[in-house]
Amino acid sequence: MSTAARSRSLDVARIRKDFPFLERKVNGRPLVYLDNAATSQKPRQVIQALVDYYERYNANVHRGVHTLSVEATEAYEEARRKVARFINAPDETCVIWTRNTTESLNLIAYSWGDANVGAGDNIVTTAMEHHSDIVPWQQLALRRKAEVRYIPVAADGTLDMDAAEHLIDGRTRLVAAMHASNVLGVVNPVRELAAMAHRRGALIAVDGAQSVPSMPVDVQGLGCDFLAFSAHKMCGPTGIGVLYVRPAVLAKMQPWMFGGDMISEVTYEGAKWNDLPYRFEAGTPNIADAIATGVAADYLSGLGMDKVWAHEQALGAYALDKVRVLEMFRVLGPEDPSKRGGLVAFYHGSIHPHDLGTALDRMGIAIRTGHHCAMPLVRSHGIVAAARASFYVYTTEAEVDALVEGLKEAVSYFSRSRTPLRASPRVQR
Amino acid sequence: MMQPREDLDELYEEIVLDHYRNPRSAALLAAPTVDVAVNNPFCGDEIRLQLKAGLDGKVEAISVTGRGCAISQSSGSLLTGLVGGKDANGLHDTVVLVRRLLKGDRLTEADMDNLGDLAALAGVRRYPVRVKCALLAWSALEEAAEKLKA
Repeated sequence: MSTAARSRSLDVARIRKDFPFLERKVNGRPLVYLDNAATSQKPRQVIQALVDYYERYNANVHRGVHTLSVEATEAYEEARRKVARFINAPDETCVIWTRNTTESLNLIAYSWGDANVGAGDNIVTTAMEHHSDIVPWQQLALRRKAEVRYIPVAADGTLDMDAAEHLIDGRTRLVAAMHASNVLGVVNPVRELAAMAHRRGALIAVDGAQSVPSMPVDVQGLGCDFLAFSAHKMCGPTGIGVLYVRPAVLAKMQPWMFGGDMISEVTYEGAKWNDLPYRFEAGTPNIADAIATGVAADYLSGLGMDKVWAHEQALGAYALDKVRVLEMFRVLGPEDPSKRGGLVAFYHGSIHPHDLGTALDRMGIAIRTGHHCAMPLVRSHGIVAAARASFYVYTTEAEVDALVEGLKEAVSYFSRSRTPLRASPRVQR
Repeated sequence: MMQPREDLDELYEEIVLDHYRNPRSAALLAAPTVDVAVNNPFCGDEIRLQLKAGLDGKVEAISVTGRGCAISQSSGSLLTGLVGGKDANGLHDTVVLVRRLLKGDRLTEADMDNLGDLAALAGVRRYPVRVKCALLAWSALEEAAEKLKA
């Protein structure tokens, strides 16, 4: 490979050295970790940032005058600036730390939703959403006597944009959509949805849980009003997430949690709110994990998000080609690899995903099995569960090959019985 | 690949796979006394269990249908062989016994005899995450027994 070609792709061998986790064995075999859409592993730079904080400058933020508190506050706010740059936010005052994507979406529902959605209004989401982008809107609709609508998924696994054009109407207050699907692997046309929402006077909330870790995401370029994501899927720690809110929208939003740190003045009669974004961060925040999230964003920026995306798409296409030709296996989502990212969800005609998952686990291969927190979508395919292999910056083609060999071995294992393996009446195709 | 195969054999005994592929008593009843549907929110697996009881409150017919993995569905099929002629209390006692088996308690020889082929599911004890699968049908039976009592 020429130097030019190399510089355009990730140096996976070098990246793997940053991830101590990849050295471990599972059931006596080298780990093949293919559950990255559930959570990614962490590079030592991120782990070290946590250790540094706890060993050297653990102190509460925004409070003391002592050196440690100043250092902790500076690191905490620097991490916010790093994340703002990572998603091209206009500045860091519109970046709110939360616990995860789910809390970010709930913050929108309670803080913005309760004040802006009324009886007879509607919220338009999609039929492929994660439960975290369905249930908060259902509950908001119940509280406000509003309606939740779902943009259907077309036969080719993409969003039905013609239907979206009709579903989003003058009573739509919010469009909520995932940027990339954790089951179908498809990338949704968020920019077009944002334009559609704005033409009707609605706002758009983007669930970036699967996109922010994997591709360049530019909140201003996409035109989104809200972007929610979690750090743990992008080399960062668990327990911390982000909500970006467009400044003009954020300025009018009321807090939803109250207490310390979110106020500027408290009397026995009432309180004044702190500046943005602090009024949305009540209580002592998750300081260590915020700092480590900034390091994770830097780590990914250092790799180059365009290269990360190219790597994921290439592995996604490779796995798609290999799995869909296996006998009795079906892959969910678009057949066109250019519409997909780095994951492949699939099912076998007669072997349940959990049984496949247990067999692969014995071979050291970790995949996700189940409904993927998208019960309505999975059931719409006539199945109750699917298996999913998802890739990240350290995944190799050899690991995809190991998956494919593992699947063949699992099929052979479950076919060993004298009772011939046949499509079970209990599993619908 | 020999090692994984041998490991898996503990979980997937021949009799378990046979019940998965050829589920017993899997035809819906025309007039069930109780009809219960449960699912496992962790994985989405589903079990529907129907009982027909006589005037004496004893089970005369059973049906278990569903969708899910080899463990949850074979457990449902094996269950159908253990309920005939039992009343609500008898069903409850069987559920308690099966829970103890799957959670790793040592059972007496007499208890193991009562459970018959279900002993083949005992391998699930080494796979804590799969114990829930094996218990799904039994939580349906427990609910059905409660309804039968009422």
